[in-house]
Amino acid sequence: MSQQTSVLYDVPGPRQRRITLISSIVAGVVLLVGAYFLIYQPLDEKGQLSMELWGPLLDPSNENFSQVWDRIGLGFKNTLIAAALAIVSSLVLGTLLALLRIQLKSLTRLRFTGVATPVAYLLRGLSTLLSAITRVCVEVFRGLPVVITIFFVARGFPEFGLYFDNLWYLVIGLTIYNSVVIGEILRSGMEGLPGGQAEAAAAIGLSPSQTTRMILLPQSFRIMLPALISQLVVVLKDTSLGFIISYEETLNIGKQIIGVLGNPIQVYVVIAVLFIVVNYSLSKLAQYVQRRLARGRKTANTPAQNPPPAALISQAEGGGGGGGGGA
Amino acid sequence: MNVLIDKFDVFAGGFWLTLQICILAAIGALVLGAIVAVLRISPVPPLRALGTGYVNVFRNMPLTVVMFFAAFGLPALGSNADFLRIPVLDSLFTRLGTDLPYFRFALIALVLYTAAFVCEALRSGVNAVPAGQAEAARSLGLTFGQNLRHVVLPQSWKASIVPLGSVIIAMIKNSALAGFFGVVGDLSATADQLTGAEGYAFIPVAIGISIGYLIMTVPLGALLDRIEKRQAVAR
Repeated sequence: MSQQTSVLYDVPGPRQRRITLISSIVAGVVLLVGAYFLIYQPLDEKGQLSMELWGPLLDPSNENFSQVWDRIGLGFKNTLIAAALAIVSSLVLGTLLALLRIQLKSLTRLRFTGVATPVAYLLRGLSTLLSAITRVCVEVFRGLPVVITIFFVARGFPEFGLYFDNLWYLVIGLTIYNSVVIGEILRSGMEGLPGGQAEAAAAIGLSPSQTTRMILLPQSFRIMLPALISQLVVVLKDTSLGFIISYEETLNIGKQIIGVLGNPIQVYVVIAVLFIVVNYSLSKLAQYVQRRLARGRKTANTPAQNPPPAALISQAEGGGGGGGGGA
Repeated sequence: MNVLIDKFDVFAGGFWLTLQICILAAIGALVLGAIVAVLRISPVPPLRALGTGYVNVFRNMPLTVVMFFAAFGLPALGSNADFLRIPVLDSLFTRLGTDLPYFRFALIALVLYTAAFVCEALRSGVNAVPAGQAEAARSLGLTFGQNLRHVVLPQSWKASIVPLGSVIIAMIKNSALAGFFGVVGDLSATADQLTGAEGYAFIPVAIGISIGYLIMTVPLGALLDRIEKRQAVAR
């Protein structure tokens, strides 16, 4: 931010400072007046600022206060549980997927010399096929909205006699989507590494799988840490989709509270603030990590300084679907 | 598998409605996002704070909350988003003008939410312009506005096209949420109705719906990959 401001305009001189000050005051006044007429007044006119509606959320002496916050606390706990389970399982599965795809890619390049020709052709065909299958799976699960995945899981599993709690439907749905995304983040991290890393590993006699496991994957985790943290934000936001399968997370409980107290705006404001506080701190953490990583690097132009745009933008997904993906 | 053939018009209608939401929301989000991006890079601190606040609020809030706000908060304020009944548009996109306002609510939520990401994508494009370019422009005596118009923006839009595309893909997927908020007949609502109320077999319906979304997302993603690769070579 500060760096960018300096690109677009110089350090202001006295005249520019005066202009900025005047326009700041004008803009500030316009914003305040606008906020009064566009936000405060309509809210006030409809009686949305009355203590009757806000009381249960803000006033500790209100009869409903403790009950309401107990419920919200429960909802938030459920949100965190679902998010934690989903993130752990998608990290594990995503890592496996990334390894699998990298391995398959190197397998398809292998010529299988030394075995009989038909067997070699068979093996090559097999590895190409497997690689194509994983590719298609990635495209499909990345291309589907996460709501739809969760919905399909919740509707489809019982048809095959698989009955779980709603929590597990949500976690499975989130995992299917996010493991693919995380897999692609890690894979693009590995492919973005300088070629010398893999060459050096090959030169000291490591096999391709050892190279991936011991050289590429750890570095990819390190480089992609910011992207992985923002994926955490995405998962946390996506848990709110649990409402479509009536999992009792924050938003669903908010809906129940509104059903009783009839104060939608107030409850959603409180829930929004909860989410914003948690996710904002996570984003800040990601930024901090990214700065640390950029500082720690000695070599210029490593991916740590230029994370792929897909990774940066992955946050757009939260709350209903995904985008981007590996480079 | 009969569902796919028998109910082809339902699937097609759902696809068309989802596409309508996406087109309108994309236009709205691009416009609003560009405005917010201008706010965020403007030299006036209160405007910058406004832009930053907007982005932080909408980026960290689940879209579901934004949708709930639009679908239940706006009616509580006595508004049913009538200002979106834009005369020519609503004859083109008929759902804009209907009395069930959920199409408009979903649209508002999608636009508000996506605009924050559009702003960030555009800004990442501005950041990608080498500092030397802007410095050279300044040393030639160009003002802030001239600098933006002639030097920085023309270069930045090229760098922001890939992240913008990712945002639009994400938005297409996010639009699936609209079906669960009272928008009748889009792809996700169709899935719910066919497997639930009408009791069709699950798998064919799932395939039909998935194809509907994949038609929109996968080609766009492949296109972006190609653009990204081309840019990587060009650099």
